[in-house]
Amino acid sequence: MEPLLHPEPHPAETVLLSKRFRLPNSRSIDTFLANGGFQSFRKALAMTPDQIVDELKASNLRGRGGAGFPVGMKWGFVPRTGAKPRYIVVNADESEPGTCKDRVIMQYDPHRLIEGCLIAARVIDSRRGWIYIRGEYRYLIDLMDQALEEAYAKGWLGKNIQGTGFDFDLSTHSGAGAYECGEESALLESLEGKRGNPRIKPPFPATSGAFQCPTILNNVESYAAVPDIIEMGGAAYAALGVAKAGGTKLTCLTGHVNRPGVYELTLGFPVRKMLEEVGGGIRNGRKMKAFIPGGSSCPVLTGEEAWEATMDYDAMAKLKTMLGSGGVVIIDDTTDMVKLALRIMRFYKHESCGWCIPCREGTLWLTKLLTRLDEGAANAHDIDMVGELAENMLGRTFCALGDAAALPTISIVKKFRHEFEAKIASSSVSMTGAGLVRIHS
Amino acid sequence: MTFSPQLEARLSKLVQNYPPGRLKGALIPMLMYCQDEVGAVTRELTEEVASRCGVSTLEVDEVVGFYTMLRSQPMGKTHLQICTNISCMLWGGEELWNHACHKLGIGHNQVSEDGSISLEEVECIGACSWAPAIQTNYDFHHHVTVERLDQIIDGLRKKQ
Amino acid sequence: MADPVTLTIDGQSLQAMPGTLVIDAAKRAGINIPSFCYYEGLSLQAACRMCLVEVEKMPKLQASCTLTVAEGMVVRTESPQVAAARKQMLEFLLTNHPLDCPVCDKGGECELQDMVFRYGAGESRYTEIKHHVDEKQWSPVVFYDAPRCILCYRCVRVCDEGLGVKALGVTHRGAYSEITPNFGDHLNCDECGACIDICPVGALTSGIYRYQTRPWEMDHVGTVCGHCADGCKTTLSVRDNEIVRGNNRDQSGINGDFLCVKGRYAFDFISHPERLQSPLIRKNGALVEASWSEAIKRVGQRLNEIRTAGGKIGVVGSNQTTNEENYYLQKFAREGLGTPHIDHQRTGDVASLLDALSGSAAGLATAEDVYESDAVLIIGADLSQQHPFLAWQVRANWRHHQAAVYTVTPGPVREDKVAISKLRYSDGDPWPRLHELAADLKTRKRLVVIFGDVIKGAAVGQLVEFGASLGIPVQYICLVDYANSRGAIDMGLHPELSPGYEPAPEKGMSMDQMLAAPDLAALWVVGADPLGGAALPPGTFLLVQDLFLTDTARRAEVVLPSASLYEKPGTVTNGTGQVQRLKKALGVMGAKTDLEIFALIGRATGINVGPAQHERIFEEIRARVRGYNVPLPVIATGGAAATAAVNGRVNVEARPDLIRSFGDTLFTSGSLGRYSKTLASVLESPGQLYQSK
Ligand SMILES: Cc1cc2nc3c(=O)[nH]c(=O)nc-3n(C[C@H](O)[C@H](O)[C@H](O)COP(=O)(O)O)c2cc1C
Ligand code: SF4
Ligand code: FES
Repeated sequence: MEPLLHPEPHPAETVLLSKRFRLPNSRSIDTFLANGGFQSFRKALAMTPDQIVDELKASNLRGRGGAGFPVGMKWGFVPRTGAKPRYIVVNADESEPGTCKDRVIMQYDPHRLIEGCLIAARVIDSRRGWIYIRGEYRYLIDLMDQALEEAYAKGWLGKNIQGTGFDFDLSTHSGAGAYECGEESALLESLEGKRGNPRIKPPFPATSGAFQCPTILNNVESYAAVPDIIEMGGAAYAALGVAKAGGTKLTCLTGHVNRPGVYELTLGFPVRKMLEEVGGGIRNGRKMKAFIPGGSSCPVLTGEEAWEATMDYDAMAKLKTMLGSGGVVIIDDTTDMVKLALRIMRFYKHESCGWCIPCREGTLWLTKLLTRLDEGAANAHDIDMVGELAENMLGRTFCALGDAAALPTISIVKKFRHEFEAKIASSSVSMTGAGLVRIHS
Repeated sequence: MTFSPQLEARLSKLVQNYPPGRLKGALIPMLMYCQDEVGAVTRELTEEVASRCGVSTLEVDEVVGFYTMLRSQPMGKTHLQICTNISCMLWGGEELWNHACHKLGIGHNQVSEDGSISLEEVECIGACSWAPAIQTNYDFHHHVTVERLDQIIDGLRKKQ
Repeated sequence: MADPVTLTIDGQSLQAMPGTLVIDAAKRAGINIPSFCYYEGLSLQAACRMCLVEVEKMPKLQASCTLTVAEGMVVRTESPQVAAARKQMLEFLLTNHPLDCPVCDKGGECELQDMVFRYGAGESRYTEIKHHVDEKQWSPVVFYDAPRCILCYRCVRVCDEGLGVKALGVTHRGAYSEITPNFGDHLNCDECGACIDICPVGALTSGIYRYQTRPWEMDHVGTVCGHCADGCKTTLSVRDNEIVRGNNRDQSGINGDFLCVKGRYAFDFISHPERLQSPLIRKNGALVEASWSEAIKRVGQRLNEIRTAGGKIGVVGSNQTTNEENYYLQKFAREGLGTPHIDHQRTGDVASLLDALSGSAAGLATAEDVYESDAVLIIGADLSQQHPFLAWQVRANWRHHQAAVYTVTPGPVREDKVAISKLRYSDGDPWPRLHELAADLKTRKRLVVIFGDVIKGAAVGQLVEFGASLGIPVQYICLVDYANSRGAIDMGLHPELSPGYEPAPEKGMSMDQMLAAPDLAALWVVGADPLGGAALPPGTFLLVQDLFLTDTARRAEVVLPSASLYEKPGTVTNGTGQVQRLKKALGVMGAKTDLEIFALIGRATGINVGPAQHERIFEEIRARVRGYNVPLPVIATGGAAATAAVNGRVNVEARPDLIRSFGDTLFTSGSLGRYSKTLASVLESPGQLYQSK
């Protein structure tokens, strides 16, 4: 498998989290130790849990998994003492379409993730953690297992770490093919050997997580960012980003750009610069028709909306979408938006866990409906229905997967309705039987 | 059921990773690792894993039914997975998919006559920036073109 | 105890304890929030999203089945937004639902139908192809139709949490999710059918009832199960003088949601081909059919000969006849025939318990106490097998109140799963184990002790002393086998006891003594099969009343076909001493109730011990029998009235040797079980019953 990274970072990148990625043999613990590895953990050992949490709060580090919840605040919620053990869980399920960054971290700097976990463990005095890695990433599970073995061998995991009297065990846990297991509570169910159905919240993982014990659960990149924050201090990290969103984020440029790839960009990075300079412009010099900021769960922006935006939570919220997971999808004007809407819905239909009615039935219905629309075997009434059904799911499902299916769909129908109409108009198939069907009376 | 020493070694490490009395936690990874060796989650494997994790076979069935990578029927020697989710689709993932279907004469989750190759249209496999991407078993192939796909498939056939 | 919070639901201001679910709070205020997956007593799912409500200051609609009340909370359960959401939810639900209501068993009593009706969601915009999978048969009695299933998981939970079996799970994913049985393609379980009753739709249907009829074409007769002594209410649905199904959908009995395989299906013994439909009399050595008048004439003659000759007459009563019949029989024997020799097959030592309890603070426990007491001690009984409703109560208590459950049994029992201490004993001696528990039991607030026939005779007294030594309130349940075993002894079918445990005017022979008596002139057996190997003296007149030609009946001179508990009115008393009224579901050709038979025999023998009418006799029982002065309205309305724990010494010679439980399993029920086709058909491998003997 050829390298995942371009030989050189792009000049516009801010190389922080990715600073060891391009070192020869970057994966090995020796490289890691020779380049500042575990220094932040040592520093953290000298700090009180509150001091660590304060630095994280000051850093404005927000969850990198998609929801963007402030990490410092989350760690602050978790009890640090008590009869129940406390656990660390890493969300490495990375299944959000358009997202492929956690993979890069685990492949090029696995020990950074381990260090992040150690610092988290230090905060809540935890003795055990798991890295939940999606089953498709088997080669990464094996690489991660090797890294863990190295860390154990060199005394950075296990009993009495580096003679500090601190114990911590960490292992990988393989998923088996279920996007829903990226949802934190479904992940915990899966970790316990069950179907990946989400849990009723509250209680939240902070108080009742893995095996019903207090748990810190974060995305790979969130943990990976922590060592830099401890090293440079929260304020300095925050300063790299914008208000309420500090530091850098691994951004996956995907779709119709000339230089797709995973880049480390500061929060608040201008979209135009990201596309034209970092991404090398739209493929074949085409026009950007649509833009997905962070994975297929985000409402879609039109090219016009996107160009002047910046890559941070508030800016995206202003445009009624989300920064999401960092999986940027660039869609040029040759793209069939109906097909895109259908493909997105097919994904959510395939991944709906089936627990709740609106998501289970809604995604299946919408898939069938969008298939007809894609074939043009539909009428104007069907176009409205797509939006209506999606609205009927929105905010009523058990977990956010339902919203994730509804939001892009609603935005596509709203912003690209003309494409749906054009399909119907130009279609040779004629629609029959749509409209009202009476069940009784 | 007897497994290879390597697998047994991996399993004995695995079961130590879960809190006392919570051995069920090992269920899903154990099924994944065992399936790779056995080829599918057979009835026999279901019972074996159930007893190793101290759960009922029903609890195993529930899980096998839920996770797409766990299968009660064996796939081909090489399982060819083609991603057609958005980022790959934008780089021709669907063309790859159609090409593979025609070339192999099989469809989604079907196995070739000789059992050498099986095909699956998969959801995002986390290779979006290197699209279009496919997986042969657990190996990733990035920036795949129709020509590359042909080479890969022909290579697999030769291996037979 | 925290203070209640005040909240507003649909403009009503109400108070509720913190932690109360909004859906429950609303229910108590008379506001019914629709739901499929929410089911009181079972774990929460929040899956069906039918219970969404509007809550002020909350952006999204909230699932009221998981939302707990809060001070000042303002909830709207019928706002336009909520109504729309429900309608849309139903529209989603119906997309892949087959809508084969016209042929669906549930048609007319389907929660989904009712909901669609209530919210006028009768219009669907769904014009795509429906996802279909074929119906599956999981057992002789359970069928599953996946497309109809709405995935509320009630069945999964009732089987796991309620029954402690966990025979049902979920497989596949998303819209293709299905309920699945524990053995892949079939069920291996109690076959109780709770999953069928609790299914809100027609996804789970009953093998014996499906496609038989429509709910509104049947009469639904709520009566008491005729099998074990737990006294569950079962609703027999009757069409054209035939029982088509038994179930518990109205949950009106002490058993709430519970009903076991016997209560639900094992009514079919009544129509078994071997059911006696005509009297039989012995003519030149062989039993031949005879008319009632001929048979009764013969009985009258023989009994009167024996009476004038002063011959000994023994009477063996039944565990499965009504209180009225039992009372009347002992009266007929003692006052009419003038014989003191009356008994029944004793299955538990109730007499010793009542005697031991006399004057002590401790008392008898009801099924309700088993659910409420903070500790339950089970001695020498496999409740799930022998008293499934009590077992259900124990589990419910553990689930809802974290009751401390102790099992002291010879072998593993299902209750071990919920027990904080499971102890095994050997050589039929539980005492060493009980003493081990004493210290721990002392720490409990309240204890219910349930014991089987391993504790009998003097041991019962010791047990009550043991209980007293704990220094906490203790209540007891002495397990007995059959529907009216308790009523048999209460009504004085006992050689030393008159009704109400009064000393009998004259001490008679026990059953074993009668069978062994060389000079026994007549033996009158009512609904029992005591003879076994015993050889009666030549010439002894053997009269048997029964539903079937039992081993005893085979040797009788006259056999009179009698009616079962499903074919008569009257009352029965369950193992925990609660009286309930039977309702006659149907009549069976040729057979007569035992009470009618007594009356006929009375006329033929010129004996009159009062009117043979259930109501009149019950009046007499209430007036005369200690502890039976129960409130009529309760009985009349189909309720269960606890008989007062009889207080005062019970002077009987303890005869442990006479007390033998039949040790039935879930799938056997003394003589009756073997005549139930359904029980026979599901006998695949019942939960293992330890060998108690
Ligand atoms: C349907 C669904 C899928 C998700 N998938 C992922 C995922 O693959 N990786 C991830 O880190 N978070 C995922 N999340 C978000 C997690 O629920 C959770 O917010 C996150 O892991 C918390 O970590 P963070 O605060 O560091 O982002 C998903 C959420 C939903 C609703
Ligand atoms: S079978 Fe019935 S009870 Fe069970 S989940 Fe389906 S609808 Fe609910
Ligand atoms: S969309 Fe194909 S790997 Fe992500």
